[in-house]
Amino acid sequence: MILVRKIFGKISLKLIGVVSVTVILIIGVYSYFNVTSQSDVLLAEVERHANQLSESVKNSTRYVMLLNQRDHIQEMINRIGKDPAIDNVRILNKEGEIIYSAHPEDIGKMLDKQAESCYACHAENKALEKLPIRQRTRIFKTHSDSSRILGIINPIYNEKSCYLADCHAHSENAKVLGVLDITISLTEVDEQIKQNEIREILFAVIAITAIGFIIGFFVKRWVDHPVRELVNATDQVAAGNLNYIIKNLSTDELGTLGKSFNNMIKKLDETSQQLYQSTKMASLGQLAAGVAHEINNPLTGVLTYSSFLLKRTKDNPQMQEDLNVIVRETLRSREIVKGLLDFARQSTPKKSSIDVNDIINHAIAVVNNQLKLNKVNLVKELDPSLPKITADANQIQQVFLNLFVNGIDAIGQNGGTLIVKTSQISLSPRGITQIKSAVCAKTHSLIDAEHKIGGMPSLRMKIKSNGNEGFVNIDPVYGSYRHYFGIAYDKNSSVNLACPVCDISFLDKNSKCPKCGGPIYKFQIPNQGFLEGCASFKDDWQKWDFVDRAGEKKFVEINVTDSGCGIPPENLNKIFEPFFTTKGQRGTGLGLSVIWGIIDNHNGSITVESKVGIGTTFSVRLPQQ
Amino acid sequence: MKEQTNILIIDDEEVVISSISKIATLEGYSVDSVLDAFSALQKISSSKYNLIICDIMLPGMDGFQFLAELESKRIDTPVIMTTGYSTIENAVKSLYTGAIEFIPKPFTVDEMISVISRGIKYSSIMKLRKSNDDSILLVPCPAKYYRLGYSGWMNKDNDGSVLIGATDSFIKTIDQIKKIELLSTNEKLTQATPAVKFETEDGLVHQLYSVISGIIIAGNERLINEPELLEKDPYFDGWIYRIVPTELEYEMKLLIPCSSDRS
Ligand SMILES: Nc1ncnc2c1ncn2[C@@H]1O[C@H](COP(=O)(O)OP(=O)(O)OP(=O)(O)O)[C@@H](O)[C@H]1O
Ligand SMILES: [Mg+2]
Ligand SMILES: [Zn+2]
Ligand SMILES: [Zn+2]
Ligand SMILES: [Zn+2]
Repeated sequence: MILVRKIFGKISLKLIGVVSVTVILIIGVYSYFNVTSQSDVLLAEVERHANQLSESVKNSTRYVMLLNQRDHIQEMINRIGKDPAIDNVRILNKEGEIIYSAHPEDIGKMLDKQAESCYACHAENKALEKLPIRQRTRIFKTHSDSSRILGIINPIYNEKSCYLADCHAHSENAKVLGVLDITISLTEVDEQIKQNEIREILFAVIAITAIGFIIGFFVKRWVDHPVRELVNATDQVAAGNLNYIIKNLSTDELGTLGKSFNNMIKKLDETSQQLYQSTKMASLGQLAAGVAHEINNPLTGVLTYSSFLLKRTKDNPQMQEDLNVIVRETLRSREIVKGLLDFARQSTPKKSSIDVNDIINHAIAVVNNQLKLNKVNLVKELDPSLPKITADANQIQQVFLNLFVNGIDAIGQNGGTLIVKTSQISLSPRGITQIKSAVCAKTHSLIDAEHKIGGMPSLRMKIKSNGNEGFVNIDPVYGSYRHYFGIAYDKNSSVNLACPVCDISFLDKNSKCPKCGGPIYKFQIPNQGFLEGCASFKDDWQKWDFVDRAGEKKFVEINVTDSGCGIPPENLNKIFEPFFTTKGQRGTGLGLSVIWGIIDNHNGSITVESKVGIGTTFSVRLPQQ
Repeated sequence: MKEQTNILIIDDEEVVISSISKIATLEGYSVDSVLDAFSALQKISSSKYNLIICDIMLPGMDGFQFLAELESKRIDTPVIMTTGYSTIENAVKSLYTGAIEFIPKPFTVDEMISVISRGIKYSSIMKLRKSNDDSILLVPCPAKYYRLGYSGWMNKDNDGSVLIGATDSFIKTIDQIKKIELLSTNEKLTQATPAVKFETEDGLVHQLYSVISGIIIAGNERLINEPELLEKDPYFDGWIYRIVPTELEYEMKLLIPCSSDRS
C-alpha cells in the first residue's frame, strides 16, 4: 500500500479508487445479466430438445401401445434410457403407477400426486388437459449434491383409436390416459454455464485492471506530475528561491494554477527586490548625509583659519596668493559636498495636488525634439478621468523625463514606439500600508528610526517572555510579518508587550487572536484608530479597522512602454542602483536611482518588465489622495 | 557695550567651536561653549547670553528640540542655527521653529561675522523693546504678508506673482546700506538660499535669503540708486523682487503669517 501510494500519490489513489469502484459495479452488473441470459438461452435450448425427444418417444410408442405389446414398449424405453444425456424415461398411468421405466426396478411403484412430476397437472387438484410447455418442465435435484435434472412431462391423451383398440384397455370417457415423463441430466449444461461465468469474471477482472492502469497513467500525467511540481515549487519558494519557475505548463486548470503560481512568485520577487532597493537607497542617503556632516565640520575649520591667515598676512603677497588658493579650493569643496547632498537627500517632496496627465504632457513637450530626432512614434493613452494626486510636481516630472529619455535611448536611431498610459487601480491595504506613527496610552512614540525593516522605521516594544526581557521590533507594514526579536523568544510561553518608555502594557485582555486563540496586542495610531495583532506571534494576524474600512487603496498607475533594445534579465535588478549604466560615458547611471528615491518618497512603487529585443515597460504606481 | 555681550556656542565638534570662538573673540565678544544641548540649558539657567549659536545635529537633544525647550522655558535669547547637513528643509524648519538666522557649514569668516553682528543687534533691539524704550520703532509687517524668520517677507499679488522684500527688523539689524547687489531677471530663486547682497558702511556684507522659490520677473531698480527706500518704506516702495513662484502652496506652510505678530 505504501509503495502504491508512493507511485500514485494520495489524490491519484483516491481518483483511481473511485473510478475502479464504478467500473467494478458496471461490469459486475453487466456480467451478471450476461451470465443469467446465457444460461436462460441454454436451458431453453435443452427444454426444446427434451420436448422434441418426448414428442418423438410418444409418437414412436403410440403404435406399439395400440397393439398393447408391453415387452416391446419396455424394450424401446430401455433403449432410449441408455442415451447418456437422458436420465430416465417413464410412463405413468392416470393413477400414478409407473408402468414403464428405463429403470425397471421402479415399475409398479405408485407416485404421490404431490411429487414434482405430477405437480404441474394436479396443482389445482383437477385433472389437466392441455398445458403449455413451460408448465410441463421442471428442474430439480434428487439430492442436494447431485447435478441438476430437467424433467418434462407429456400427457398421453385418449383417442378414438385407443378406446376402440382390441385390448380395450381404456374407457371412452377418460381424457388423459397417462403421462410420459422424461428427465434429462443438466450436468453438461451446468458445466457450460459455469464456464461462461468464469469467462465473464475473467473478463471483468482484466477490464477493471486495464481501466485502472489507464486511468492511473493519465492521472499521473495530468494530475500527479503537475501537483508534485506545484508542491516542489512551493518548497523551493519557502526555502527562499524566488527565481523558481514551473515549466511545462498544461492548458488545463492545473496549468492555470501553475501560471498564477509563477506570476505570484514573480510579484514576490519584485517586491522583495523593491524592499532591498529601498533599504539600500535609504542607507546611501544616510551615508551621504553622514559624510557631508563629517566633512563640513573640518571644512569649517579650514575655511575659518585660512581666512584668518589671509587677514593676518596682508603684507605678504606671496603668502596671500597661496592662502587664496586654499580658501578658493575649500569653497569648491563646499559646493561639491552640497551637490552630493542634493543628490543623496532626495529632498522630502513638496506636495501639492497635481494632475498626472498634465505633468506627462509637460514632460513630453520637453523631450519632443528628441522624439522627432529618433523617429519615435509617441502613443498617449491617458485616462481623462484620472483623479488628481498629492505629489511634488517637479519630482514627478523628473520621473517621467528620465523614463522617456531612457526609452528613447533604448529605441536608438532606427525609430520605434513609445507608449504612455495612465489608469486607476485599487489594491488591498494589507501588505502595502506603512504604519508611520504609533503611540502607547501615554502617547510615547513607538517608532524606532534606528531599526528599519524593509527600509522603514519599525515599531519598538518591550517584550517579556519566560523571565527574559528585551525588545521586539514590529514590521511597519500592515499585515506583514518580518518582526525582529531582540531576545530568544518562545512562541508557546506567556508573553507581555509594553511601552519602552513607561512600561504600560499593550496586551488587550478583552480579546483573543481569532487565528490561534492567544493574547493580542493593541496600540493607538494617532488619528487613525487602533492596530491589533497576535501577541503570541504564532501567526500573522493583524487588524487595523481604520485602514480596512477605507477599503482597497487607490493608485494612479502610469505605464511607459518602449519598443527598444530591452534589458537582459541579469541586469534587471541592477538598473535602479546608482551609477549602474550601460551607456558608458554618455550615462551617469543616476536616472533610475533618482526616480526610485522620488517614488519611494511618495509612498509609490516602480516595477519593470522587459524582453530583450522586444522592449521594456516601466510601471509607476502613486497613491491617490 | 561689547564688553557685556556674551555668546554661547553649542556644537559637538571642537573644531567648529574653536572656529566660531576665534571669529567672535576677534570681533570683541566674549564666548562660552558647550558640546551638547543639555549642558547648554544648564548654562543658560545660570548666566545670561545675548546670542546663542547652535548646531542642529547634536547628540541626545537636537537643535529643534533645543529651540522648543527654550520656547517652553520662555527664554527669548536669539538663536542662530548652523548645520553640516545643510538642507533647505532644515533651514526653513529652524526659522519656523524660532531661530532668527540659519548659516550652513562650512561658512567663511565674513559670513559668520555678519550673521553674529545681525544677531547681536537683533538681541539688543529686542531688549530695548522689552524695556519699552521708544527710541527704536519697528514698523510691523502688514497683516496679509508672510515672513521667513525675521528677515524677509512675501506678498501674493492679484496676478499670481509674488513680491518679496526685507522686513524692517532685518534692515534695523544692519548698518547704513552702501550698495545693493540684485540678481537679474529670469534667474531662479530657491527658498532659504541667498537672494540679495547688501554692503553696509561698516564694511560687512549681508545676505538676505529668498522667502520662497520662483523665477525673478523684475527687480526693484530704484533701490540701486536709492537704498534708503528700504529704510523708509520696507513693505511697499522698498520691495526687492517680483517673482513667479514655483512651489508656493508647499512653501507657504513653513512661513509665518505677519498677522500673528499683532496678538
Ligand atoms: N527603457 C529602457 N530600455 C532598456 N534599458 C534601459 C531602459 N531604462 C534603463 N535601462 C538600462 O538601465 C541603465 C540605468 O538607467 P539609468 O537611467 O539609471 O542610467 P542611464 O540612463 O544609463 O544614465 P543617466 O540616466 O544618468 O543619464 C541604463 O544604462 C540601461 O542599461
Ligand atoms: Mg537614464
Ligand atoms: Zn509609554
Ligand atoms: Zn494568533
Ligand atoms: Zn554637529
